[in-house]
Amino acid sequence: MSQIHIALEGEIDWDGFRAAARRLLAQGVAPDEASWSTGTEADLFDSSAAGAPPAGDDGAHATVPAAFIDLCERVRLHREPSRFALMYRLLWRLQHEPALRHDPLDADVLRAQAMAKAVGRDLHKMRAFVRFRPVHDGQPEPLHVAWFEPEHHIVEANAPFFMRRFTHMRWAILTPRRSVRCDGTSLTFGPGAARSDAPPADAGEALWLTYYRHIFNPARLKLDQMRKEMPRRYWRNLPEAELISELTAHALPRTGRMVDAPATVPRRRIALLAMEDTVSRSTASKPLPSDPAKALAALRGATDRCRECPIGEHATQSVFGEGPVKARLMVVGEQPGDKEDLQGHPFVGPAGHLFDKAIEDLSWDRSQIYVTNAVKHFKYELRGQRRIHKTPTQREAAACLHWLESEIEQVQPQALIALGSTATRSLIGHAVPVLKARGTWLTGQHTLPVLVTVHPSALLRGDPALRDEAYRQWLEDLSQAARYMAGAARG
Amino acid sequence: MNTQLKLAILADAAKYDASCASSGTERRDSLGGRGLGSTEGMGICHSYAPDGRCISLLKILLTNFCQYDCLYCVNRVTSNVPRARFSVDEVVQLTLDFYRRNCIEGLFLSSGIIQSPDYTMEQVVEVARVLREEHDFRGYIHLKTIPDAAPELLARAGRYADRLSINIELPTEAGLATLAPEKDAPAIKRSMARLRVHIDDAKEAAQASEAVVSMPRTKPKRAKAERFAPAGQSTQMIVGADAADDRAILATSAQLYGSYRLRRVYYSAFSPIPDAASSLPLKAPPLVREHRLYQADWLMRFYGFGHEEIVASGDGLLRLDVDPKLAWALAHRERFPVDLNRAPRELLLRVPGLGAKAVERVLAARRVRRLRSDDLKRLRVPLGKALPFLLLPDHRPRAIDDAQLAAKLQPAPVQGALFA
Repeated sequence: MSQIHIALEGEIDWDGFRAAARRLLAQGVAPDEASWSTGTEADLFDSSAAGAPPAGDDGAHATVPAAFIDLCERVRLHREPSRFALMYRLLWRLQHEPALRHDPLDADVLRAQAMAKAVGRDLHKMRAFVRFRPVHDGQPEPLHVAWFEPEHHIVEANAPFFMRRFTHMRWAILTPRRSVRCDGTSLTFGPGAARSDAPPADAGEALWLTYYRHIFNPARLKLDQMRKEMPRRYWRNLPEAELISELTAHALPRTGRMVDAPATVPRRRIALLAMEDTVSRSTASKPLPSDPAKALAALRGATDRCRECPIGEHATQSVFGEGPVKARLMVVGEQPGDKEDLQGHPFVGPAGHLFDKAIEDLSWDRSQIYVTNAVKHFKYELRGQRRIHKTPTQREAAACLHWLESEIEQVQPQALIALGSTATRSLIGHAVPVLKARGTWLTGQHTLPVLVTVHPSALLRGDPALRDEAYRQWLEDLSQAARYMAGAARG
Repeated sequence: MNTQLKLAILADAAKYDASCASSGTERRDSLGGRGLGSTEGMGICHSYAPDGRCISLLKILLTNFCQYDCLYCVNRVTSNVPRARFSVDEVVQLTLDFYRRNCIEGLFLSSGIIQSPDYTMEQVVEVARVLREEHDFRGYIHLKTIPDAAPELLARAGRYADRLSINIELPTEAGLATLAPEKDAPAIKRSMARLRVHIDDAKEAAQASEAVVSMPRTKPKRAKAERFAPAGQSTQMIVGADAADDRAILATSAQLYGSYRLRRVYYSAFSPIPDAASSLPLKAPPLVREHRLYQADWLMRFYGFGHEEIVASGDGLLRLDVDPKLAWALAHRERFPVDLNRAPRELLLRVPGLGAKAVERVLAARRVRRLRSDDLKRLRVPLGKALPFLLLPDHRPRAIDDAQLAAKLQPAPVQGALFA
């Protein structure tokens, strides 16, 4: 078995690898018949003894998953000399073992992935730990120079990142094997440099050290956690790392002093902002302003702090009624939904949109109607990250009733529309079978006429095939209140 | 007072806020612009402090003067700490200088409340505006919004910031009323709701403008949707300053995630502060508890756990000795072992030691062949933890009782005592 040796032109010679791999594959050269070297190692081998890869078929028909190319783009940057052999072996196996591309747990695949991950980490750490220092070289803007010691051959691959980030800054990154410089429009790569070629600390860096010193909370010392993310080998090039031992040594005494110190006497106290306590029924019975608009505003504020039932604490805000103070018609829904809870306005969600459409189809004017809900806070159940509407219990609706009653008292409508069973029960005083009673007028607790119909969200939930018919029927129910709307239109 | 001293005071004042992330925003770079900066989705931690926390952003307060008297806060009005105030320009210059040195990903600016919530918010927004508009800074900006600030100011903040946050501070309304009498829980929630509505609207607008179909042979053009905090909103909760238990904390978190689509809830173990008020627990911060809460939070967000099932114990606290997933598995041994080769994703996600990524790879691999314990080893799954709950062709776990298993899995660490 003759060995074929491939000498690539540099550590990261991607085109060279691809061309050679294609040729080898086309000629059926098995992975263990080929050996690979990069420019720096090539002279270790007697290159004349290495069989030059025969020319011929370029292997263009070889197909690999796109993800494999991405993987190799990373793996080739690894410092491990065997990386090209591994890549070729995987390429070969992909052509000869159809199952391989579906096996994420193959040993070679996992090894390549581990190498790619190491490279990815190195790329990331370089982006994180490169520290530029300005050098004034006679140009109007300083040149920013950094010294960094990457583990793998990542300088070329990472340079575009720094260019995207620091486009209008002149900068250079020096590393032991490569250096790169950017003038704002193009990148120039050069040979490696020495640490002494990079500039020493400057005055501006002292600010950074001050920040580092003071953002550290001595009561939370967690050195292992820090070393996990910022391994020691990076410390020698990070200016702030010099502070670590000092900060660590003083952490315990500092914390001890804080814990032991007697609580201090307050310097001064400002008057507490006037804050209302949570409102209970008793405080709600405080006299309201005589002007209905002001009274409604007071009620709105009070419902927001209402905790007479448990749902208030979980909602964002109360959603109080809206509409003209002396509306002839008041529409009462069940409770606010997700959108209403977020926005603080009634009937702005999907059911509200349907209600608006009905108003339009009936040629009514929403600005003439007072719209509210029987329950002022949104009750829901969490399902994952979604809030699913939950019907309020009788007890919760009863706890909320006095708010609705106060609202009716202030608006003094001539008639009410109850949407759905919760609203109907609140207005009539007992449970009413809505489907039977819909489209009829009942007499409410306040002797006001109450037109009963279904809630628009019931139409949204219903059978889509019957939706048009259900909507038409709903319009018919609502149209019973036309007399009150017509009156409103006359003023 | 020089910048150095101000920076010391105002970084000290900001170090108790747990959030630091600079991730999750749109991709931007400075090509074609006048200034500098980029964001590529994934945040970069530029350094780590000896407290193990990453330094990704320049995290400072605009001022630590504050008229509020929140007992847990080092900057409360009655505290005797030295005070300082940055000018807008000082913060801008510091941010740009640190950014050019590649020390940070951007700025996280917060402030004590001075004059009024609106005045304070205006100053905070002004820093972001100058950075974005005058310096064309394209790095990350996280602004802490002041609850009760006018909706227009929130809207402006969202235009400049990648992320906005409002601290909920304490898990319950009652806790907040006791420890932060001037802070108003409903106002905080209202602000979060406003932010969510803005963020949703901006996302919807962006999607709608992407759908625009262009004329044939003309370059597709779309009106750029108004951006609003592309990295979303987050919040912080202080743990251990009041009596709220872990169950209450997780319930509040679940509610915040569900109601306002927060990207993150940060948990901050209450840590001793200089010049502390007498009514607060002055002891080492409950760091293990904080860690368990983050793990539990993770279970809610990525593992399909409901908040109500995570805390099993009667005292409402997470176990400190084992992680919450293992604790759940130990409390539900009747659900195990599960067959690695057959169990649905939801169940695999509940196996201790199997991470979300490992589960995805198991699901992919088992379409091709049956998996054995060697495969788990290659996935770097902690076998000691996972195997007692898994059924494999070459492994059948022995029935084992809770105490034995827990003892076998790890020695029981306790809450670290700082001064033991």
